[in-house]
Amino acid sequence: MMPVILWTDALIFLLITVGITAVWYIRQRPHLMLPWQRVARSSVGMVSLLVLSLFLLVGLLDSLHFRAALPEKSNGQTVYSPEVLSVFDKLVSGLRSRTEKTYSAPLTAYLYAKESMEAPGGKILRDYPRLKYGGAHLADPQRELVGDVAKRALLGAAGGLLVWVLLIAAVFVSFPRRRESSGLIGLDGRSSKLRCARFPACAGMMENKTLRAVLIATLIIAALIGAIANLAAAYHVLGTDKVGQDVLYLSLKSIRTGLVIGTVTTLVMLPFALLLGVAAGYLRGWVDDVIQYIYTVLSSIPSVLLIAAAVLMMQVVIEMHADWFETAAARADVRLLCLCLILGVTSWTGLCRLLRGETLKLREMEYIQAAQAFGVSSLRILTRHILPNVMHIVLISVVMDFSALVLAEAVLSYVGVGVDPTTISFGTMINAARLEMGRDPMVWWALASAFGFMLVLVLAANLFADAVRDAFDPRLNRTEGVA
Amino acid sequence: MTQSISPVLLKVDGLVTRLRNGARIVDDISFRIKQGETFVLLGESGCGKSMTALSLMRLLPDSIHIESGAVRLDEADILALPERAMREVRGGKMAMIFQEPGLSLNPVMTVGEQIAEALELHQQLRGAAARARCVELLDQVGIPDAARRLHEYPFQLSGGMKQRVMIAMALAGQPVLLIADEPTTAMDVTIQAQVLQLLRDTQQKSGMSILLITHDLGVVAQVAHQVAVMYAGHIVEQATREQLFLHPAHPYTQKLFAALPDTARSGQPLAAIPGSVPPLHDIPKGCRFAPRCDKAWELCHEQAPEWTGVGEGQGVRCHLYEGQGAKAEGRVMGTEGMVPSTQHSVPITQSSVLLQVSDLQVHFPIRKGILQHTVGQVKAVDGVSLEIPQGRTLALVGESGCGKTTTGKALLQLIRPTAGSVRFAGNELIGLKAQKLRKQRAGMQMVFQDPYASLNPKMRVAEILEEGMAALNIDGNNAARKAHLDILLDQVGLARSTIWRYPHEFSGGQRQRIAIARALAVSPKLLICDEPTSALDVSVQAQILNLLKSLQQELNLSYLFISHNLAVVEYLAHEVCVMYLGRIVERGTVEEVLHTPRHPYTQALLSAVPRIDKRGVEMIRLAGELPSPVNPPQGCHFHPRCTHAMAVCRAAYPDATGISTTHGVHCHLYGDGLG
Repeated sequence: MMPVILWTDALIFLLITVGITAVWYIRQRPHLMLPWQRVARSSVGMVSLLVLSLFLLVGLLDSLHFRAALPEKSNGQTVYSPEVLSVFDKLVSGLRSRTEKTYSAPLTAYLYAKESMEAPGGKILRDYPRLKYGGAHLADPQRELVGDVAKRALLGAAGGLLVWVLLIAAVFVSFPRRRESSGLIGLDGRSSKLRCARFPACAGMMENKTLRAVLIATLIIAALIGAIANLAAAYHVLGTDKVGQDVLYLSLKSIRTGLVIGTVTTLVMLPFALLLGVAAGYLRGWVDDVIQYIYTVLSSIPSVLLIAAAVLMMQVVIEMHADWFETAAARADVRLLCLCLILGVTSWTGLCRLLRGETLKLREMEYIQAAQAFGVSSLRILTRHILPNVMHIVLISVVMDFSALVLAEAVLSYVGVGVDPTTISFGTMINAARLEMGRDPMVWWALASAFGFMLVLVLAANLFADAVRDAFDPRLNRTEGVA
Repeated sequence: MTQSISPVLLKVDGLVTRLRNGARIVDDISFRIKQGETFVLLGESGCGKSMTALSLMRLLPDSIHIESGAVRLDEADILALPERAMREVRGGKMAMIFQEPGLSLNPVMTVGEQIAEALELHQQLRGAAARARCVELLDQVGIPDAARRLHEYPFQLSGGMKQRVMIAMALAGQPVLLIADEPTTAMDVTIQAQVLQLLRDTQQKSGMSILLITHDLGVVAQVAHQVAVMYAGHIVEQATREQLFLHPAHPYTQKLFAALPDTARSGQPLAAIPGSVPPLHDIPKGCRFAPRCDKAWELCHEQAPEWTGVGEGQGVRCHLYEGQGAKAEGRVMGTEGMVPSTQHSVPITQSSVLLQVSDLQVHFPIRKGILQHTVGQVKAVDGVSLEIPQGRTLALVGESGCGKTTTGKALLQLIRPTAGSVRFAGNELIGLKAQKLRKQRAGMQMVFQDPYASLNPKMRVAEILEEGMAALNIDGNNAARKAHLDILLDQVGLARSTIWRYPHEFSGGQRQRIAIARALAVSPKLLICDEPTSALDVSVQAQILNLLKSLQQELNLSYLFISHNLAVVEYLAHEVCVMYLGRIVERGTVEEVLHTPRHPYTQALLSAVPRIDKRGVEMIRLAGELPSPVNPPQGCHFHPRCTHAMAVCRAAYPDATGISTTHGVHCHLYGDGLG
């Protein structure tokens, strides 16, 4: 096995390192911890964080790429498969390999299209053939299907619950002293729950609304995952697509693409928007004029046109230099990265404009003038006074943009200038499914799954951002402890 | 008094209004308003005055609701009315005007349309009839050229005009009760005097009752018949104006009077009330004032006092008066703080001039068109000269828009002056390069008006205080800086433990202390205080004034004190400069300028200040408002509003005339005889 680090993988690892460092830094400083503790007290915030981290986990597992070693060797050297797989692929190899012939509805045993089949008597009859994998164990699906699905779902849910209980017990055993860290993450919260049995003092923790919400959410999620996992072993839970790939697998694989587009693009966009917006607002004069002209011109070009032109140019370059890339996956990945860059460079104008306006307001504030009276340098005023006071705008618009970018990817793929056709993404899923919406009976599941997953992802991100914003807003927290 | 026989119009009994989370914002309030009477609710910010008014109108925000009580207007039970009938009452029987007229008028509707809307709703007047009535109403509230003003938008009117329009709108429904929520707080004294006079005149003509909400004892003295003093949701004292001013009964009321600055006490510290109003969710168990009261004993901390009547028509919520014997004692104590002191305790020493400003000008160009060519100049500051000696206070007085604040900022070089000279401790500041200017920064610092806007909400106290030291390289190492911070906090009277907290955790007065500490951090010789107390309550204002005064004595600081509040100036300043439209019209020592004012503007300004002790100064009413500095009047800037204007005033700007060695005035009245 040979690990492969694609460009986007590297960026994701970098992001995670930055995230962990930030957490460590904040934990050292109680005053920075304070707002996050408020986040930890918000039920909506914690539950959405939980959902979000599940998505992140899938995305992360999907970012650990490798090439499997082939059994035969050439000249004593190990030969690796040209196919780049991820740890996630390995984990759900069943889902990946069990492909049917073409469309099939969720949780069914029959194909979507009728076929001519030879009956035992030699007669040719046209009927819906049985699936190769989905419900293959059933003798008479017409009769047994519903009962079997229900049984498997229940068994799976029960299994999930069992794992949940074991997990909590394990957490309790391994972190018996983490109670005082105020349940910042779900694990802390769970450990405290069990300690309550021993220490009446923390019985109050059971009354803790947030903790209860998180526990209930984990309970539901565990049961749901259990049920789906158990069903997926024998059925296609969300059906199959045109070439018979499992839609659940496609949806899960799309998460990584969505996350990459959402986060990496934001990373590209942020420096532009922050630097230019704040500088334009604070320095005024010719700096403001130049920046304003740039973003006015940029935002008056139809963005799809601009992106399409840039993507097509990039595509040509990539195709002319096929030798730059070892594998098809590497090429698709570079295309994804370039798409992020292009989206980032073309989408900073909105945030930049917002930040300029806010800075115009802030620069007249008396604390800025007080700083000027001390002779504090412009750079320091920008970083110490203005940046922290526009961060709430950045936070909100970044999350809004995150959702918008995931959607933009879908639109671009639809136009044909999105990600590489071999990359699985919500956009390519929707693009492939759109034509089948007109068929009768309708092929709804591919679109519905993409829609559902995107909705949950974007909604969780939005709710979490809301909770964070509220926690950081000093005006909302002035009367803390009143309620 | 005639109103004692007039019938009761509004009856409020046991009104309780609370937040959804349980905090009682208005707690068991009862009062009566008689017909044709002005009833004043007096109290500091956050004591529930406005919420009482909104409860009466049933216009409370969503998170607040009326829990119990009865409100009867003309025997109609207001709280039981259905919403549909309530709409008739609002505007028709009870009308309300607010503090900020700029925010209460719709900016995209003309004045006429907005009044007509009220007329149509309550008087069923339309078309020509409505227009005629609009003109009549605008005339009534003293807006000149009413027919033309009808078609103007709010932005074309000045602040005083807007408040007049608001009053006209309130009068449109011919209400029997007018609720005025701090109607003059955002205005200059001269405009405030006009608006208060208007309210009085209107009341006399229409016989309506007024419920006036204010924090200003001066306003109370001018308009009130009955006064109720509110504290933390309770009415703590209620009396007629005469009784209240003669014998304030509740310790809180007594303290409020004692906290007012004036010349009689300029040598000694003001009787500030320690602490601040308790937050409503954390109300003390016993008497709400007990933690700040120096007459409190155990009973006060344990049991809330009941309403006790003292004398005729006067009532108080205080344990002092529950036994009859205590009554006299309380009154004796009431006068305690009022003993006039001897003159200045600070010896007037001749000291070197610290700041010398001559002919300072700040002009802002007005640019127009694509090429941004200059079409005019706003002469915000137009030739100001002043001197501040070491350890002295110079006050700069004037209405808003006269260029006081711009002068202050120009001295600090926050705004680059157009011309003139600013010499600070012997160094010329104008034209210095940024690098050299930074060295001079430490000498001069500023304290701003709004303590909520002058502290960065994302920085902790320590960071705020350290900023100046870091920028100017004072106390290089950490330990020295930490020690310095502790000293600073001690100096401004804040606990050392507050250093890691954020500004939003502090009250207004505490924030202003932080702002002062920030300025002091770089050990300046001169503090420019830009209305440092105008956003604060009276009791807190006294704390800050005391602090400024003691800091001056301790550190030999000089102050340039910018203010429109003449009482504060009288208390704190040594010299006064009166500014009008970018120029200083009169200068001199406090006694000279405030007791024997020469310039007609100074005289008008002084007479417009509502005083609690009417000193028999005849009111000089100023017509109109401050002209625009874009296009100042020819000749003397003040002549269009001046009652003594002569022909020469329209022709030439008067030169300085010396009245005494320290007292000078720019006015033609004195030019000939003494010049």
